[in-house]
Amino acid sequence: MSAVSGRTAAARRPRLLGRAVVNLVVGISVLYTLLPVLWLVLAASKDRDALFGSDVLSLDHFSFAQNLKDLFTMDGGLYGRWYGNSLLYAVLGAALGAMVSIACGYAFDKYRFAHKEKLFALVLAAVMVPQTVLALPLYLMASGTGLVNTFWSVFVPVLFNPFGVYLGRIFSRGYVPDEVLEAARLDGAGELAAYFRVALRMLGPGLVTVFLFQLTAIWNNFFLPMVMLSDQHLYPVSLGLYTWNSAAVVSPEYYPVVIMGSLLAVLPLILAFALLQRFWKSGLTAGAVK
Amino acid sequence: MTSPITTPASAPSRPPVPPSGTSPVPPPAAASARRARRHARRRELGACGALMTPFFILLVTVFLIPVGTALWLSFFGADQPGLGFGPERTVFVGLRGYTAVLTDPTFLGGLGTVVLYCLIYIPLMVTGALALALLLDSGVVRLRSWAQLGLFLPHAVPGIIAAVIWLYLYTPGLSPVIDLLAGADITVDFLGVHTVLPSIVNIALWSNLGYNMVVFYAALQAVPREVIEASVVDGAGPVRTALQVKAPLVRSSIVMVAMFTLIFALQLFTEPMLLSQATPMIGSRFSPSMYIYDAAFTRNNYGLAAAASVVLLVCTIALSYGVTHWSNRVGAPEEDTR
Repeated sequence: MSAVSGRTAAARRPRLLGRAVVNLVVGISVLYTLLPVLWLVLAASKDRDALFGSDVLSLDHFSFAQNLKDLFTMDGGLYGRWYGNSLLYAVLGAALGAMVSIACGYAFDKYRFAHKEKLFALVLAAVMVPQTVLALPLYLMASGTGLVNTFWSVFVPVLFNPFGVYLGRIFSRGYVPDEVLEAARLDGAGELAAYFRVALRMLGPGLVTVFLFQLTAIWNNFFLPMVMLSDQHLYPVSLGLYTWNSAAVVSPEYYPVVIMGSLLAVLPLILAFALLQRFWKSGLTAGAVK
Repeated sequence: MTSPITTPASAPSRPPVPPSGTSPVPPPAAASARRARRHARRRELGACGALMTPFFILLVTVFLIPVGTALWLSFFGADQPGLGFGPERTVFVGLRGYTAVLTDPTFLGGLGTVVLYCLIYIPLMVTGALALALLLDSGVVRLRSWAQLGLFLPHAVPGIIAAVIWLYLYTPGLSPVIDLLAGADITVDFLGVHTVLPSIVNIALWSNLGYNMVVFYAALQAVPREVIEASVVDGAGPVRTALQVKAPLVRSSIVMVAMFTLIFALQLFTEPMLLSQATPMIGSRFSPSMYIYDAAFTRNNYGLAAAASVVLLVCTIALSYGVTHWSNRVGAPEEDTR
């Protein structure tokens, strides 16, 4: 009896050590990812003197409200404008883009037609093509049609999401059983009605996943607006903060507003991921398995 | 796909026989059924077209035409008669644009920079994210979902803002990190000649580590528990189980993550663009993407920019193909884990 328990205790000691090491490694990794965000939060609440004194950890020089006020009054309240633009580009673009991609992915899964796999290979190939390659031709096309420096020049290209089609096909295969569609057809529902009334509801988690992917991508988008837009009033937050950050090199009063502006720009995605957690987690699992 | 009840597995080529009768002449009911089927087929194709059309309109207008335009432009250049005083004309220059790009040391330098960046970044990212996912999957981590949330958080931080945060953490006078290191008598210039590339790698790693960890973790969750139990019964310790059983089973996820990391890494633009505001170590042609931007929108040399774009595109396709080809060939699980 005692020999057995002695042996398990001896076997458990390295396990215990391993446990501690594992938790230490994960703990350090979490600190690595969290501390810069924490710094952003602390720095956003400090005035410029404290920022340059590097004492962001102290409680003096607290000026969160002042920084917030400065942010929204700087350059005639441009930041609020940028924020609205970003929300419009990202939410509307991601919603529309996800619908378009999921519908196409669903059609790839459920219907048979000539050259289907070749067409799908083309869609997959489009995932690989760098944004920078498309930017110049898109700019020339936009300036040819007079769309350059308009809302549309930034909004339309980001709707294109070939990876969403790929995911849509996988989700459709996983979530929408053929029998259900068959039943809908027997009930006399048209093909499109079957899609919109039956299949789309089952594709919910997939739709949310693609929406979030695209929301993140559009919210992060920087290259295309930089190429297309010259009117500051059309800028998204990313490009706006970039210009303010370059201004900060010569006029340091921009530093606190850039930091505060960055903090606020992080919130919508955190909010979206938190609120839609239930959906995208199941969506991600489906995407990762196949 | 194949419903096990109705499909006769033995005769795939035989035309479907109406189950009601065996007479060679189809009864009128069968003919009308066929007409109904043809009608249904047409309706199906119509719906299929309707569902696909929006995406394919986008595919043509914002993908195929631009790629075609880039190819087309790459064969043209601006000719300036009269020592550059006359009006510019666009003339066919054949492969001269490509020669110009491929002999331009700044472009080749940028390409080299990005290749080096990939060589540092991708292995770190894949092994780091996989290691964290395996650790979290091992079941001994406390507060697991909180740890996951913390690791995932940077994914919600836009790339440009991640670059802003780290730029400030790299800037002497602003950075608590530099102060902390100075307290220990270590002086690091994060934006120096040799440190600027690792500094960029760090930003990218910080941004994407948690996301890829979640992808791996999701794949690990799908590994059947019996497989893991079997390996434990066979006497494999947790480390061996992780490296030799679990990791090979999520191979397809590893390849996918490596592939996407590669594709995005080759487009390196945002981070160096922002850091270039603060350090002279990053020129305006630091990476191929920055070179393209510089050629197109600073120098207005569309032909050169297009040629550089096509070169970047070809490199991306070749390397992605290389990765998939390599991953298909490396089939042995032992070779895969390391």
